[in-house]
Amino acid sequence: MTAKPKLALYWAASCGGCEIAVLAIDEKILEVAAAFDIVLWPVAIDAKVRDVEKMADKSIDVCLFNGSIRNSEQEYMAQLLRRKSKILVAFGSCAHEGCIPGLANLSGREAIFDYVYKKSPSVDNPQGIVPQPEYEAPEGTLHIPVFYDTVKTLDQTVDVDYYVPGCPPEAENIYAIVKAVVAGLGGAPLPPPGTVLGKETTVCDECARTRAEKKITGFKRTWEMIPNETDCLLEQGLVCLGLATRAGCGALCPKVNSPCIGCHGPNVEVEDFGARMMTALASVIDSQDPVEIRRIIQEGIPDPVGTFYRFSLPHSLLRRSALSGNGH
Amino acid sequence: MSDERFEPKIIAFLCNWCSYRAADLAGTARMKYQPNVRTIRVMCSGRVDPAFVLKAFALGADGVMIAGCHPGECHYLEQNYKAMRRYEMLRHTLLAMGVEDHRLRLQWASAAEGNVLSAAINEMIEQVRALGPLNWPRFWSENGGHQEAIERLPHEHAEALEVSR
Ligand code: SF4
Ligand code: FES
Repeated sequence: MTAKPKLALYWAASCGGCEIAVLAIDEKILEVAAAFDIVLWPVAIDAKVRDVEKMADKSIDVCLFNGSIRNSEQEYMAQLLRRKSKILVAFGSCAHEGCIPGLANLSGREAIFDYVYKKSPSVDNPQGIVPQPEYEAPEGTLHIPVFYDTVKTLDQTVDVDYYVPGCPPEAENIYAIVKAVVAGLGGAPLPPPGTVLGKETTVCDECARTRAEKKITGFKRTWEMIPNETDCLLEQGLVCLGLATRAGCGALCPKVNSPCIGCHGPNVEVEDFGARMMTALASVIDSQDPVEIRRIIQEGIPDPVGTFYRFSLPHSLLRRSALSGNGH
Repeated sequence: MSDERFEPKIIAFLCNWCSYRAADLAGTARMKYQPNVRTIRVMCSGRVDPAFVLKAFALGADGVMIAGCHPGECHYLEQNYKAMRRYEMLRHTLLAMGVEDHRLRLQWASAAEGNVLSAAINEMIEQVRALGPLNWPRFWSENGGHQEAIERLPHEHAEALEVSR
């Protein structure tokens, strides 16, 4: 019997939802366990990093890596798993685009430490201690990972072969990918490297609501109105991001009267999610008066970065906001 | 501080039908406008995707100008109104990301208004000069000794292995 292909699953800066998503394939997880020899999966099996370090390069067939990179230990693991894996998959929105942890890019290490360890109302830290990467203990020097100013995507850290979109990816898609990879290892053609393994249409294409090319004179926030259940939410004045977002979810949110927030990432050929949405929203505003346009935008979109880049700030063209004190 | 005067790099997207000709006019008439501007000709201000502007900043531009025909005079009818709305979207978003107001400018100039365009460019250069260099990619660099920390890890793992045996 030939040895089973080796599979690794790893997480960096993520919420753990991608791990749960893998388990959401239900009993098919048994097929995965049957098809692969799982060599690393911190959430489910007791394997050690040092065992991976000792493996020959490229001896892991597939690594599903979720989470973005926000400290030196995560970067090390990304490099290690890249070296050891034939196929490295950026699994889920954090690895692909930076996702929610990436919103930290509106701030920097100093400001984050200052709030989290000193200013947050629930903190009691009279000595103002913040994490130090190096600490001299009687037993010797101790290290913890270096916390980054800027959260990175996996492909800003190491080369990535494929991307699986979604926060988190849908069970259906995960299983299809695992099957495709198994087939690929058996000699079936694999998609070209760099492919996002998902549909190439938008959430709007999956949405059953009626679009009538109606223009609007103001954006509303979800708590300000109850939209009707048939017309396009954007045309009712809600900032719905379906136009820029890759299909795959079945337009779940619009289906329950809630606008798309873009968790499935940019559709194919959307270079910058926010730019695509700025264009889309600019064309529904019914005004040719600069003063009025400015008012509509300021009132209706009070948090443009959080709205346009909720899932993709590190992956965006600018990657982060301006950082004071980084002026070398 | 060095004594050298900071020369801002400004990317200008100029509409083929108006501002590009205006720039040409400003050029042929030897009207004064400074050499800090790299112009990119587009068929209409409505062709300027917000991604072009973001990319210019991401690649190190200190300022970006979008110039088009006066409202009501666009060759493609309403496209410059679209440019106007996209500009407002961009401005709102860039301000939230810490890019100062004067670094992005929307300018109307007809083909005959070489003087208007060159004055606008000169004014923008001075405003951006006063703000100083933007050099956006500098915000992406880490300076907390992360490289050393990464290189240390395999050794520490090996040591941990020794101890656990
Ligand atoms: S904008 Fe939103 S509500 Fe409208 S069609 Fe697209 S997904 Fe559906
Ligand atoms: S043709 Fe000049 S702005 Fe449209």
